[in-house]
Amino acid sequence: MANTESKELQARQKHEVTGTAEQTKPGPVFIPAVDIYETDDEVILTADMPGVTADDLSIDLRENTLTLNGEIAPFENADEEDIAIEYEVGRYFRQFNISEAIDQDNIKADLKNGVLKLTLPKADKSKPKKIVINT
Amino acid sequence: MITRSWMNFPAFGFSSPFEDIERLRRQIDQIFDQINERPGYMRTRVGVFPLINLTENRDTYFIRAEIPGIDPEDLDIQATGRNISITGERKMETDENAKYHRREREFGKFSRMFALPGDIDHERINANLKNGILTITIPKAETAKPKQIKIN
Repeated sequence: MANTESKELQARQKHEVTGTAEQTKPGPVFIPAVDIYETDDEVILTADMPGVTADDLSIDLRENTLTLNGEIAPFENADEEDIAIEYEVGRYFRQFNISEAIDQDNIKADLKNGVLKLTLPKADKSKPKKIVINT
Repeated sequence: MITRSWMNFPAFGFSSPFEDIERLRRQIDQIFDQINERPGYMRTRVGVFPLINLTENRDTYFIRAEIPGIDPEDLDIQATGRNISITGERKMETDENAKYHRREREFGKFSRMFALPGDIDHERINANLKNGILTITIPKAETAKPKQIKIN
């Protein structure tokens, strides 16, 4: 593997939501790809949701469950004919369990270029505390 | 092809052993047609990033691609003849002391070129990147538009 720094980006099909609860509105529903990482003070979640605007996105947190729901406006005009279609367009939906170690009142959300960035600050009691050694 | 020449023998009366398989194949094709009702929809197994949807109306081609997390400066679109090429790099926002729990999004360079089925007007191509969706509007050349022929 000669060059691992900037490898070619692979194309992936979107994954549809599987589950027992049915959707009330018709249309495909996809799971957005998500990165979750943490620093000392916060947990950051970034989700790819292209085509979703701030008005169409609902972020819901109740009983330690975080729900992301993004609606999509239909993208083509009625008089267009398809020549080659490689991806489907549909809503985005994903749920996560958020532990109590998060300060749930101070969650911030940023939506830019179709990427949602959620900043979940850690509650004080779960921040790593450096223990000072007395000599 | 060898099967075809077998079945085209009119002189012999025996039914081809492949007839049942042909019928089964037709039925399976019908089932798949019902599943993929959109004309032109192709599930790519090994695709090139970005996946595009190419549509047209009378006067323009539309190319749409989902490229979230990219700024217009990192994207390069070129038009040569009937070919359109999209090149760019999706950069990662790294945080030095971050510990990852989950990594599903991908980053890196991409480059894709494809040909349109007709001649295009290079001067009036328009590209728009909004909410992570790239939409390229390509007007067709006058010679490529369908012309209504009047009947006298």
